[in-house]
Amino acid sequence: MNAALREALSGIVGPRWVRHRAAELATYAMDGLPTHESAPAVVVLPASRDELIAVVRLLHRESLPFVARGAGTGLSGGALAAPNAVLIALTRMKHILRIDAARRRAVVEPGVVNTRLSEATVPFGLHYVPDPSSQSACTIGGNVAENAGGPHCLKYGVTTNHVAELEVVLADGQVVRLGSPHGEPWGPDLVGLFVGSEGMFGVATEITVRLEPLPQAVRTLLADFTTVRAASEAVSAIIGAGIVPAALEMMDQACVAAVERSIYAAGYPTDAAAVLLVEVDGAADAVAAEFELVDGILRSHGARSVQTAVAPADRARLWQGRKKAFGAMGRIAPDLAVQDAVVPRSALPDILDRIGEIRDAHRLTISNVFHAGDGNLHPNISFDRRDVALAERVRQASREIMEACVAAGGSITGEHGVGNDKIGYMPLIFDAETLGAMQAVRRAFDPEERANPGKVVPVHACREWHAAPAARPRPPAARPRMAVG
Amino acid sequence: MNDAIAMRLRALLGPHAVERDPDGLPRAVPDSPDAMAAICGAAHAEGWKIRVEGRTTWLPADAPADLALSTRGLEAVTSVSPADLVASAQAGASLDLVRRRLAEQGMWLALDPPGRPERSLGSIAATATAGPLRLGFGPVRDHVLGATIVTGDGRLVHAGGRVVKNVAGYDLTKLHVGGFGGFGIIAELHLRLRALPRADVTLVAHGSRDALTGAARDLSGTVNPAALELLSPALAAEPDWVLAGRFLGTEAGVQSEVQRLVHGGGLQWQQVPADRAAAFWGLAARAALGGPVTLRLGVLADGLDETIDLIERELTEGLLSAGAVNGMLRWTGDAAVERLRAVRRTAAAREIPMTIERAPWAVRHALGHFGAYREGVGQLVGRLRESFDPGGCLSVALEGAME
Ligand SMILES: Cc1cc2nc3c(=O)[nH]c(=O)nc-3n(C[C@H](O)[C@H](O)[C@H](O)COP(=O)(O)OP(=O)(O)OC[C@H]3O[C@@H](n4cnc5c(N)ncnc54)[C@H](O)[C@@H]3O)c2cc1C
Repeated sequence: MNAALREALSGIVGPRWVRHRAAELATYAMDGLPTHESAPAVVVLPASRDELIAVVRLLHRESLPFVARGAGTGLSGGALAAPNAVLIALTRMKHILRIDAARRRAVVEPGVVNTRLSEATVPFGLHYVPDPSSQSACTIGGNVAENAGGPHCLKYGVTTNHVAELEVVLADGQVVRLGSPHGEPWGPDLVGLFVGSEGMFGVATEITVRLEPLPQAVRTLLADFTTVRAASEAVSAIIGAGIVPAALEMMDQACVAAVERSIYAAGYPTDAAAVLLVEVDGAADAVAAEFELVDGILRSHGARSVQTAVAPADRARLWQGRKKAFGAMGRIAPDLAVQDAVVPRSALPDILDRIGEIRDAHRLTISNVFHAGDGNLHPNISFDRRDVALAERVRQASREIMEACVAAGGSITGEHGVGNDKIGYMPLIFDAETLGAMQAVRRAFDPEERANPGKVVPVHACREWHAAPAARPRPPAARPRMAVG
Repeated sequence: MNDAIAMRLRALLGPHAVERDPDGLPRAVPDSPDAMAAICGAAHAEGWKIRVEGRTTWLPADAPADLALSTRGLEAVTSVSPADLVASAQAGASLDLVRRRLAEQGMWLALDPPGRPERSLGSIAATATAGPLRLGFGPVRDHVLGATIVTGDGRLVHAGGRVVKNVAGYDLTKLHVGGFGGFGIIAELHLRLRALPRADVTLVAHGSRDALTGAARDLSGTVNPAALELLSPALAAEPDWVLAGRFLGTEAGVQSEVQRLVHGGGLQWQQVPADRAAAFWGLAARAALGGPVTLRLGVLADGLDETIDLIERELTEGLLSAGAVNGMLRWTGDAAVERLRAVRRTAAAREIPMTIERAPWAVRHALGHFGAYREGVGQLVGRLRESFDPGGCLSVALEGAME
């Protein structure tokens, strides 16, 4: 481990904020996914935009790879750094720089935690809509990099629909502003391109997000069904009736059982094959009317019972089981492989049958919780990674699940991203030419491929594209090169 | 040269797929994305410049080129899935046709772009021209789940997917929606649909610009229209400015919204009879063709007044429409390049991007669809263009000539 590099980094952020001891690095070796682990050479924690830019410029001069990291909840191995890379942790950059209530915009540093932003805007009658289940921990920067979604994204859109403007430091240290205060692109839609680029196009230093008015009225319904198929058909019927609920979530029996056995028990019926959580929001009278429609559809599609809640405390109780589902499933076994895939909504019943078959074939415990309204599944496999044979069955089952979703016309990830976990699945949905296009775009932003190297695009599976020449001054030869690892 | 190119194209595509303009310019009309790719591949190898044409109802087909490539032959609605609310259609399909096909199955594409209903889907996506419904349903990119792209050197790229939620890989679709064809030609689009709304009500109020923008400000937050558009007198063909609201949804939901609208804000609202509403919005959309130049300014609602003042001062009031709640201004008229440049410069100083959506080649060439970028961005865009069109075959003026 090179002391010169540490010293140079310390010169920017102060020695306290450069970490290199094994115990310190271990904190940064995972991102919530038990199957991937990798500790960086060194971790640096800039406190401000200027420090961050100075760090990136230093790493550029030294030609060192780096990985940006928010809260490290990514679940796809995206925020892990190889032993030769520098990890830039953004958790100190947690300031909300501006809330412009009249324009419904907020400007934040990338390390701001998702819920903190909404809490800060509620006094203005506004909120930041994308609400990943990890929202009490994950950062807006991480959300931007992953194009995060959440239960309420069915009606209001995912992160990409809520980012107006970005300031980004590119891997070569150049700072660019993308988008505009309005959100209209300034030139081609580079904000749209950057969102979801998983830290490989540069580091977002400042993010301007849209805020939405808090809905005047909200009603939550919880319906339980004796078959998953009936629940899925109710979902399609609701959407088909022209209703776009604020949220439309499903949990299967295994998931409900896990929740009800945990401290998060929400009173969900444990004998139900599936539980559906529907939320309608908007103006009070419109919500009342929509509520009646949804209630009718649920009942006519075979709901055994429909519980409803209007008061915030009652709604919170109905939501509790859903929000804590991952926590509850995490208690079944030492490890939980949280999966993420998408199918066309109409394929939901069949895919759940198929996942059941895969579960049985590999003798695994799988609980399903998903954003039913948009076909985004989370089949979660409980296991113990110390059991090597079991871990291998988990790997195999995960792959079969992905293949089944792709065969149904879906995608390998709806919100957690590719990272390094799913890089091997990319050729399932993209041909060599399209992967080559992705690689070319990455090189337009980062010709030397130093930002979060080795993620998302399986380079060996790409067809070669014309490479834009990387124009960069080489460091003077006389200067000693710093090395890590 | 024309003859040699035409011959080569005929050899590639068959004689039926190649036309000649009166001035001899060959026009290829491929009937598949593969054929389109073959044309671009040949153009790249030979160094020919390509002008891409849709149904030529929006952008004039006047970019200098060695050959024209029309998407007219790619007009199929290739798949429709009512249960999943998604559909795929080729780039040359007219919006009108797509609308009809979807309506038969109870669905619609929530886009009301400026121009004629025969506009090709590809042109709507490439220019990212959304209409008043962008308030309720978002800009064009929100409706596009994926696309098949042919690059300037004839590669086929399958960007995005066909499901409504998807974060696999980089979001390449975003580069092409609103890319004006500078990064490749859109051959096919995968679209996100909505169930046809049960109720669709349009109301209008007349008054001074100040009165209408003021009222719109008061209304925002109390009503949730799908559109609330400010129309200039010339565009509305009325003596006064017009504020037009559109509500879509369930019968009960729409009725309650309409009640809140007429009782809030202090304007006199008149409901447009149901059988005339479509014509009303259609006329507003077509008005964007009422002059040679159409531009849009990405302005927030609180900057609208100032920006309209700027336009009235530098250009003419012209045919102007703007989102009264979410901003975004579109202007159509005639103006000298210098005047347009001046507006763009002033707007940029106010952090407002100006995009030329439609103009004769001379104007596009001088100003570029986008003009000058912010610092550092030009280099990025240059590298992206070089990747997607390494030979510079696509005759598109994104940046404009040097001043
Ligand atoms: C229990 C649980 C529930 C979850 N539920 C959801 C959910 O409902 N919806 C959902 O979408 N996701 C969910 N996730 C996944 C995860 O929380 C999101 O992807 C989140 O956006 C990651 O944010 P983070 O701050 O933890 O990012 P990290 O994990 O630290 O980083 C993720 C990626 O972003 C990059 N990155 C971070 N900051 C920046 C920056 N400033 N600039 C550029 N790149 C950057 C990193 O390099 C990495 O590639 C869940 C995770 C857990 C553990």
